[in-house]
Amino acid sequence: MTEAVTNRQARDAIAKDYEWGFSSAIEQEFAPKGLNEDTVRFISAKKNEPQWMLDWRLKAYRAWLEMEEIDWAKLDIPAIDYQDAYYYAAPKAKPKLGSLDEVDPEILRVYEKLGIPIEEQKVLAGVEGARKVAVDAVFDSVSVATTFREELLRAGVIFLSISEAIKEYPDLIKKYLGSVVPQRDNLFACLNAAVFSDGTFVYVPEGVRCPMELSTYFRINAENTGQFERTLIVAEKGSYVSYLEGCTAPMRDENQLHAAVVEIYAHEDAEVKYSTVQNWYPGDAEGKGGIFNFVTKRAMCAGDRSKVSWTQVETGSAITWKYPSCILKGADSVGEFYSVALTNNRQQADTGTKMVHIGSGSRSTIVSKGISAGHSNNTYRGLVKVMPGAENVRNFTQCDSLLLGSECGAHTVPYIEVRNPTAQVEHEATTSKISEDQLFYAMARGLDAESAVALIVNGFAREVLKQLPMEFAVEAQKLLGISLEGSVG
Amino acid sequence: MSVNVLKISNLHATIADKSIINGLDLVVPSGEVHAIMGPNGAGKSTLAYVLGGRPGYDVTGGSVDFDGQDLFAMEPHERAAAGLFLGFQYPVEIPGVSYLQFLRESLNAQRRSRGEADLSGAEFIRLAKAKAALLGMDAEMLKRPVNVGFSGGEKKRAEMVQMGIMDPKLAILDETDSGLDIDALKAVGAGINSIMRAPDKSVLLITHYQRLLDYVKPDRVHVLSAGKIVRSGGPELAHELEREGYAEVAA
Repeated sequence: MTEAVTNRQARDAIAKDYEWGFSSAIEQEFAPKGLNEDTVRFISAKKNEPQWMLDWRLKAYRAWLEMEEIDWAKLDIPAIDYQDAYYYAAPKAKPKLGSLDEVDPEILRVYEKLGIPIEEQKVLAGVEGARKVAVDAVFDSVSVATTFREELLRAGVIFLSISEAIKEYPDLIKKYLGSVVPQRDNLFACLNAAVFSDGTFVYVPEGVRCPMELSTYFRINAENTGQFERTLIVAEKGSYVSYLEGCTAPMRDENQLHAAVVEIYAHEDAEVKYSTVQNWYPGDAEGKGGIFNFVTKRAMCAGDRSKVSWTQVETGSAITWKYPSCILKGADSVGEFYSVALTNNRQQADTGTKMVHIGSGSRSTIVSKGISAGHSNNTYRGLVKVMPGAENVRNFTQCDSLLLGSECGAHTVPYIEVRNPTAQVEHEATTSKISEDQLFYAMARGLDAESAVALIVNGFAREVLKQLPMEFAVEAQKLLGISLEGSVG
Repeated sequence: MSVNVLKISNLHATIADKSIINGLDLVVPSGEVHAIMGPNGAGKSTLAYVLGGRPGYDVTGGSVDFDGQDLFAMEPHERAAAGLFLGFQYPVEIPGVSYLQFLRESLNAQRRSRGEADLSGAEFIRLAKAKAALLGMDAEMLKRPVNVGFSGGEKKRAEMVQMGIMDPKLAILDETDSGLDIDALKAVGAGINSIMRAPDKSVLLITHYQRLLDYVKPDRVHVLSAGKIVRSGGPELAHELEREGYAEVAA
């Protein structure tokens, strides 16, 4: 055996074909192709929105027309023809669903293929004393099933599709929508504000600890249909919620635009944990197809001692542009960002975070693990900003990159702006290659090349993976092609 | 009747087109411990890596029969599953992966390829604790990432614990004694004896010095020089080497 053979094995191991590339035949109802004011009106009308919501969308649309393309990321973004896409697709209207049993069996089957059987989760949740996971299943653009709503409501937690929330809780939506990510924040966030199709609204009242992990599975299922999810999470004083978001998408031949917005608003002593496993279709080995994933995620840690923790495992998409951030406004507020980004073949990722310290005593932790293989490019881009009035701020940043093969790239672009001399900011960065020594050692103990790579990558990403809630850790490890961790301790 | 677990015939091997092994013949029967000794650069570690299947070590001639199978037709992990254990001179660190996870996954991969059922977490931990105790290693160490922050002696002890867990037919131990203090040397020697001294097991002990052979008594000693076995004998050959040096004996 030669060295080249093992390099190839390593590449093959990481270049596993996309397993979940299937598409299901569910009747679609499209908005007409293209983007103009009528498209916005169509979407709003389809969803029976009140006038104020339509006005908000139209305002965003008009602002979007004047916004500039983003060119600062280390991404090669093909020109996007916004007129050649659909902006709304929904499963054909059906009578309002009372339970999962009424959901199109085809939709349920799709989830089963993904290994996320709602049925099973329902059963699990029904078990006395069992930990519960509420799933607000977003199929394409419209929520078709919402479970556990009643139990959550008993706790006072609102967990609804954002379309429903607009009708049922207009005051909350008016107060918080766009309060963390303004319409004009960036091109993609603005587009989302104009055409967002659906998403999730979570409201946790004062002092309430949400009784279960909240989980939404997003999935693109319509050719040429952009996905414009909008999520809004409001945590009142002293509340706690853990929210899980996961994506898989079917195999596609054409690029699909995905521009989501997530806003989190945390009041005094509130804590929000937001976890993502992202596995949008990355395109084929030559880079054909695949999702363009332009996401704006931001948390406002408004209250004193509020805390928001972002954890993400990003393995999919042809292009990932994503910087989950925290505005640390409250005194002693805490922001965390834990990220694993894996790119392969021709994938490009430019991802990281922004920690903006406004409150005194605010603290932030950034741990980023980038894994590059094939011809991919993987960039960490992070901003740590300390405002003049913020005393005794602390930040710790660690950025590690792991390279598989010699044709991929890893880049680390930290921006540090400190305007207060009491701040303590640390940045550590490493870049390493997966070594032949490690591979051979693991293979000599009985692991094939694929499992050996998975094991080493798992170890590299461990610090981040262990931040994920149990429900998600499994899926994340699966996505990294990794076996379950042994029963240590 | 003893069976030859390892039969090396006229082996030639190169690294980066440089000839290192030059027509090596060696037979190790079941139930025997053979020592390979030789000066630096004789090809000792190369032999170990060639038998283990390390990439970059190219076999250019000859054959190796391992327990009735063509060794070179197997990938490194298949050799492990077939019962070959390679003890490393420089055990490798794998950050973020606990020893327990590493060994459980490795052992279960071997078991699956032999058509055996996986060991459960509890079964595996029982096994690992027992083997760690045998080698005088604190089982808590197995919760730590593979070899990260281990001293030289701890790494070698951990190699022996791995050998105990894998329970191989043939262990090829590449300078397992290097860098060990006398207590660790004793422990490693005792470990080799208790794990591998059995009628159906064999050891190929690659070493520079005679001192490990005080604890693990070899059935045969072979002198490797310039990529060939130049002399073979009983345990007394090791003492002769120690007394007179390789230059004399190999000449």
